[in-house]
This record gives sequence, structure tokens and C-alpha cells, in this order.
Amino acid sequence: MMEKSVTATGLPMVRTTRPKTSRLFRALAADGRARVGMGLFLVFVLVALFAPWIAPYHALATNFPMNLPPSHAHWFGTTATGQDIFSQFIYGTRTTLAVGIGAGLLSTVVGLAFGVTAGYIGGWVDTVLNFITNIFLVLPSLALLIVIEALVHNTTPWINGLIIALTGWAWGARVFRAQAMSLRGREFVIAARLSGASHLRIMVAEILPNMTSVIASNVIFASLGAILAESGLAFLGLESVNSVSWGTMLYWAQTGGALLNGAWYWIVPPGLGIALVGLSLVLMNFSIDQLTNPRLRVERRKRRGGTTGA
Amino acid sequence: MKYVLNRLLFFIISVWAAVTINFILPRMMPGDPADAMFAKFQNNLTPQAMQALKLQFGFSNQPLIEQYFTYLKGLVTGHWGLSFTYYPTPTTTVIAQSLPWTIGLVGITTLLSVFLGTALGIYTAWRRGGWLDNTLPIASLFVQAAPYMWTGLLLVYFLGFKLNWFPLSHGYGDSVEPSASAAFILSALRHGILPALTIFLGSFSGWLIGMRNNMVVTLGEDYVVFAEAKGVRPSRLMLMYAARNAILPQITSFAIAIGNIVSGSILTEVVFSYPGIGLQLQAAVLQQDYPLIQSAFLIIAVSVLLANLIVDLLYARLDPRVRTGGVAA
Repeated sequence: MMEKSVTATGLPMVRTTRPKTSRLFRALAADGRARVGMGLFLVFVLVALFAPWIAPYHALATNFPMNLPPSHAHWFGTTATGQDIFSQFIYGTRTTLAVGIGAGLLSTVVGLAFGVTAGYIGGWVDTVLNFITNIFLVLPSLALLIVIEALVHNTTPWINGLIIALTGWAWGARVFRAQAMSLRGREFVIAARLSGASHLRIMVAEILPNMTSVIASNVIFASLGAILAESGLAFLGLESVNSVSWGTMLYWAQTGGALLNGAWYWIVPPGLGIALVGLSLVLMNFSIDQLTNPRLRVERRKRRGGTTGA
Repeated sequence: MKYVLNRLLFFIISVWAAVTINFILPRMMPGDPADAMFAKFQNNLTPQAMQALKLQFGFSNQPLIEQYFTYLKGLVTGHWGLSFTYYPTPTTTVIAQSLPWTIGLVGITTLLSVFLGTALGIYTAWRRGGWLDNTLPIASLFVQAAPYMWTGLLLVYFLGFKLNWFPLSHGYGDSVEPSASAAFILSALRHGILPALTIFLGSFSGWLIGMRNNMVVTLGEDYVVFAEAKGVRPSRLMLMYAARNAILPQITSFAIAIGNIVSGSILTEVVFSYPGIGLQLQAAVLQQDYPLIQSAFLIIAVSVLLANLIVDLLYARLDPRVRTGGVAA
């Protein structure tokens, strides 16, 4: 109840609860797990940025002996068509990260547009937008993506990212809607409305800055989801065969008989890359979670003697 | 009662949405949708046969809205079209063969991962800060971030190919025929273990982390602290006081989880050539068998929606607030 929240001086609280973006970064830097996550993530970002300098060979050049195990010349060995797996891994980092983070950001923007509008405006607008959100939420995403891919032939990773973002925003929208609903009755929003600010201005300048941690958390999970979805599609053979991503590497490993040749060095790097990027994202999210939900930060539960001893 | 009607209505409308997406998507593509769909047959069919085929799939010169109703009527009366790959077998027959495999695989693994994940989530939250709590969530997050197909490939490579403990692919062995015999069931189970393990590993940690976090929050509630002060037995406090309430949000996150599991099972089936609907869908895409793609999507969507409906109704049984319209008794 907003009328009741009055400070000790009797003045209504205005904008005292705004979490600053800097708080987000401080929380990230303070938590050990988040620091490990950020470090790991940074390594992959650097690899992606400097791929042409790091990769020893061209990713698709086929001028090496086939099915070589890891050696000094080929750190991760070579593929069944004589390509250098290490170079593919380095260039694949670039594609997978760019598509994943790009799609994560885009789907967060779409989710914000749906969720904040629905939660802030309310009424029939909310009913309609929320309904659309719920439908996108329950439709099986990968199956829907596969059907779209079947019609759009030979897609590049970029188009895949776009399709993933445009179908995968619903979970974010649901969270943002709940946040916007709880914020719209706050004093600072009412004050802004009384001072004549437009709905759009209130949503962008008043509501959004108060959702920083939820937005950050959503970007993280949406990026992870997009990375998994993109590599899944690529693995199913639904991405242009000339693109180099971790997903297409797994596709070629599967179709190129990596298993029966005992070429574990062809299968392990791309999947490990995805899993490590995913882990780094999730580790960063741990500390953001604790900002959103302070109870998770409480120390070990105090228990009476006798039941302790974990 | 109002809640139940509400969920039923949502189910019906979302099925309608899935059906409509299926109808609109091919027609949203640039160019003539029918030509895109039948591009593969362009050279092998006479124009007359081509025209007949188009009509059969509801592409005619009729206005879009009439095509739509013809399509809806076909779906309701069981005319889902004929598969290109297995022409002239109806797609429904093809799907009926693969659906039981997926339902069995996904159903059993989902139950296992829900129960084990939730139980471990309760335990790690209770032993907050213990070694299990410090290691298990992170380890399981790593496994969850690993893509399904990669987990599957590694399991095949190490447990199947290197150690030869399990068969590498397919749903059952070459020496048995699908029947109710013990030999077939044993073979199917042996072939199902690695795919099931793959899906289990991919979905388990969501339940674990979710339950742990709910449980941590619930353990901080006043009524739990009071019950502890009052001297309620720890096991009773953990299960009857905290876990019982912490489990409710788990059920609402099922909607997202089931989507994730179904996506995972599509990838897993492809890794293991497991004869389920996911493998069928991928094969259909590679063959450009559009009727089969559409039917498979529809069946997957409707199954997921149905699973959600069941869970929603179950939720109403478990949480009385839902039934009484949000008023806590």
C-alpha cells in the first residue's frame, strides 16, 4: 500500500529505492563465484574478438591430413575432411558468442516492450499482451524453430539468432510484467504521472531503471538460451554448411563419423566451449539473484545443536 | 471451478494458436507457398499431378479464409495429409509409430528428474553451506549448460563405444521385433538408458536449483522459525513445514521445464537415432516433407499444451488458494 510508506519525517518517500547500475557491478565484483564467471566470460570474449590473430589456420581450409589426433601442429587434431579443429573452435567462439549475446539482447528488448507495457498500462492491453506472452511461453520453442527453419532454407547463424530472439522473448516478458505491475503503484511513478510525464517516458525513465538487476539476469539467461538454441539448430543440420559455429562443428563431427573414428578431440571442444560459456553466465547470475532476492544471501541456517554437521 | 474453466479455455485457445501458426507460416514465406513446399517434386510430377497434390494440402485459388476453414476441417476429421517420404501413408500413421517412443522416454525421465531434483534441492537447502550445497548446484549447472547433443555424444562415445556397456543407437535391437515379449522390452530398456540419462542430466539441475532457492526462502519464514522454536522435529520441519510450501512454485515452472525437455529430447533422439517424434521431425525437415513436419509440430505442441493443462489442474488440487480465488483460508 503506497499511502502507508512514509518516511520518519512524514514526507512521502520519493525515489529512495532505485537500485543503481553501479550496485549491480559492485555485487558482481564482490562475489567470488561471479568473479570466476566474469573472468571466464572475458576469456571467451577476448578469443572471439581476436580470433583472426589466435587461429593458426583458416577455419574451412581442407589442406591437412584427415583425422589427425591432437599434435603440436594441430592442437585439437583435424576433421574427417582435413580441417584444423583448433582454428574452427576459435572462429566458432566468435559466431556462437555474437549470435548468442545478440539474440539475448534482442529478445530482452522485445520482452521489455511486451512485459513493461502490459504490466504498466494494465487493463485490456495487459490482457491481450499477456495472452500472447503465455502462448509463446508454452509453445515448444525448438520444434517451432525447426518448422520455421524448414521454410527458410540454408540460414546463416545471424538469421537463426534473429528467429530465436523473435520467438524466445516470452519468459522475460513475464518477469518484466510482474516487476512493472509492482512498480506502477509506487510513489515516484505516481509523482511522475502527476507532474505530467507521458506513459512512454514513465516506462523508459522511471520503471526501467528500477529493474536493472532483473533485466541483467534476463539478458544472461536469454543469451544462454539463444546459444543453446542456435547450436541445437546447427547440430540438426539447419544452418548454412559454410558457417563456422560450435553447433556446426558438432554437426560435422556427428555426420563425419567422429564417434566411430574415436575422434573424441573433435566432439569435446565445441560442447565444452558452450558448457563453459554457459557456466560463466550462470555464475554471474548467482550474485544478481542475490540482489533481487536478498534472502538467498543469508548465511548458513542457524540450527539447534545436534542437527548441525553438514 | 472458475480456475479450471479458465485453464481449459487457455488450453483450447493455445491449441488454436498452434494450429493457426502451422497454417500461416508457409503462407508467410516470400513467393508462392505451394511452390516452396513442393519444390522437391517440381521435376518429377506432371502439372496435373502437381495441382492435385496442392489441392490435397489445401492450397487452392480460394480466398485465404476459405483455405483456412478447409484446413481446420481436415484437422478435425483426421485428414492431416499424406507424408511425402512415405507416400501415400497418412502422416498420422507415421506419427503414431514414433509418438509412444518419445512419450515413454520423456515421461519416465521427467518424472525421475522432478523427484530426484526436488528431493536433492530440499536437502541442499536444509544443509545450507554444506559441502553438497557448495558443489552440487555448480556441478549441475555446468551439466545443464552443456548442450543435450554434446552430453549425448559423450555418453555414446565413452559408455557405448569405448566401454561397450550400452548400444550406440536405435530404440531396440536388430534381433527383436516390436511386440509385448520380454526380449523386446528388455532390448528397448537397454537402448533407452543412454538417451534417458542424457535428458535427465540436462533437465535435473533446473529442479534442483529451483527447489533449493524456494526452500531457502521458505526456511526464512516466520512460521518455520516459530515451529523450530516450538520444538518441531527437524525431519517434520523440513518436509511438512518448509518443503510442502516451497514445492508450489516448482509446479508453476513446469511450463518452462517441459518445453526445455521436449527440445532436449529432439536433440537427444537425433544423437541416438532413437525412433521418436524428434528424429521423425528432423528427418522430415531434411527430406522437405512438409505435411509430416506440420503434423509432427502440431502433435508436439498439443502434447506439451496437454501436459501443461494437466499440471495446472494438479496445481489447483495442491494449492487451495487457487481454487478459492486467491483468498488464503
